[in-house]
Amino acid sequence: MTATDTDTETRYDFGGDEFVYVELSPAMSLPVHFTSLAITRRLAEEAIPGVEEIAPSNASYMVRVDPDRLHPRDLVRELQRIEGEVGSLSDDLTIASRIIDVPIMLNDPWTHEVLMKFRDRHQDPTGTDLDYGARINGYSSTEDFIDALAASPYLVTMMGFVPGLPWCFQLVPRERQVEVPKYVRPRTETPERAFGFGGAFAVIYPVKGAGGYQLFGSAPAPIFDGEQRLPDFAENDSVVFFKHGDVINYRRVDQAEYDDVRAQVDAGTWRYSYKDLEFSPSRFLADPDGTNAAMKEVLYG
Amino acid sequence: MTIRVQDPGLETTVQDTGRLGYYSIGFPPSGALDSFAYHVGNALVGNEPGAAALEAVYLGPTLEFTQDTVIAVTGADIPAFVDGEEIPLWESVAVSAGSVLSFGQLRAGARPYVAVAGGIDVPLYYGSRSTYTLVGIGGFQGRALRAGDELAIGSDARDPKAGRRLNPSDVPVHPSTAEVHLLVGLHSYRLTEDSLARFTDTEWKVTPDANRVGYRFRGAELEFVPREQPFGAGSDPANVTDCGYPVGSVQVPGGVEPIVLLQDAVTGGGYATLGTVVSVDRDRLAQTKTGDKTRFVPVDLDGALEVRRDRHAALDRIRSALS
Repeated sequence: MTATDTDTETRYDFGGDEFVYVELSPAMSLPVHFTSLAITRRLAEEAIPGVEEIAPSNASYMVRVDPDRLHPRDLVRELQRIEGEVGSLSDDLTIASRIIDVPIMLNDPWTHEVLMKFRDRHQDPTGTDLDYGARINGYSSTEDFIDALAASPYLVTMMGFVPGLPWCFQLVPRERQVEVPKYVRPRTETPERAFGFGGAFAVIYPVKGAGGYQLFGSAPAPIFDGEQRLPDFAENDSVVFFKHGDVINYRRVDQAEYDDVRAQVDAGTWRYSYKDLEFSPSRFLADPDGTNAAMKEVLYG
Repeated sequence: MTIRVQDPGLETTVQDTGRLGYYSIGFPPSGALDSFAYHVGNALVGNEPGAAALEAVYLGPTLEFTQDTVIAVTGADIPAFVDGEEIPLWESVAVSAGSVLSFGQLRAGARPYVAVAGGIDVPLYYGSRSTYTLVGIGGFQGRALRAGDELAIGSDARDPKAGRRLNPSDVPVHPSTAEVHLLVGLHSYRLTEDSLARFTDTEWKVTPDANRVGYRFRGAELEFVPREQPFGAGSDPANVTDCGYPVGSVQVPGGVEPIVLLQDAVTGGGYATLGTVVSVDRDRLAQTKTGDKTRFVPVDLDGALEVRRDRHAALDRIRSALS
């Protein structure tokens, strides 16, 4: 695969004495993301002494290095070598992935209450975040915009901010992708499990706290479980549920189903519905809608 | 053997060298903000290097020891007392069962550390005893200490001994204007040349919004180079396509309030960063408080590595002198 309108020179830089930051492109695109994934995967396989942590992200990645064992400049040379080597292999790349059903209530009362408190920090103080998103993305109604948000699955292209938060990039051609700015000034309050959107990315906030993404909805099920009470977390021995490379199908639910999921969470019986799958970036890029339909078929039967 | 918390101070947490290896799922390292004070404290009481200690901020805690032990107070310049009698800082001190450690008013710096022979024994959480209060994990029940808490003492004592003392020339001073080295880069190209120069020329003032996640500063206004925003970033000139943030990186949302991320950093996001504070200099930031001034001194990679080497060599020298 080749990057098209995002084909730019990779930028290598140092984040102080302990980090190397590599930006494949200033713009997000799936080809760039998959290249970053192929590089970081190869880097992990090579297990170079002094490479302490690898954090792949949307159109870039970061490596924490122990400069006492590996000079950051030598690391950059290794990364440039790997970039050269994997460039031609990207067509064969597959990702061990899962397609996951994630219930979501859009235009919910909880995020609505919070977003109305922070209109003075928003681009459009007179409306709601959903109305604003619909308008700047050219939708004739907020309902159409909500439909588009939940119409196609998303790929988890980055994890972080706080433990467990997934950055999700919708698996649709560029012309159908939603893009919104972050708040003019970040909010000091975001409800737990809020469904937000910033730049070209959807997120679920694992815990309450500050945040700058547009608030569109709320997820009833937790994505962070610090004490691993729920089986999805206990069985995987992890406090976070999502993984880099997961495919998330956000499924709209009404208040009744939302409450039902909450009751299952409270009872400790809630489980996400998901299926394992091999995600092939090159197959997806060749036929986005067909691949999405096939993945949904795997999930819902 | 336990420590009873009579008064927790403002925000006292259990910290060690940090929770490394989980940045890519969003776990910041946490751990002691002033690693020099933390490491010297452990060396003074004769602990293994990674033993957990207590980190306080502005106000020290009041702690009762239920058994004879050895402690050391390091970090901020703050009067410390055992049963009302002032004890020396940066020196290991014997305390008896029933003794109470208390603190007076901060003279300089911001964060005192209390090292105890054996270390603080809390469960390991993702490989570390450090508290990360933002999501409520690690340390003592995932939170800052409260009155009535009872902390167990661990088994990380190697050679506990009173009377070990840090050479006075090694005791850090806490000037009212801290200087920290900054490796400019990351998204520094997003700022105008004037603004970048202004950043390193300005004496920045620590705002009240300064905690373990990061420090916010005020002092100047910075401008971004106008551009057509790349797809995925969002339309604000301070926005970039969301990416990883190095610990110590400096971001400037809105151009008016630079934020330096510390040990409880958010691990990524979509604001342009202009550079990164050299790791060992985060210690100095940790000892600044609201209203203090900070200056960012530009350094290149070789300079950054030299600053790091010097600090590590000093710590090695101190450790062998105290052992």
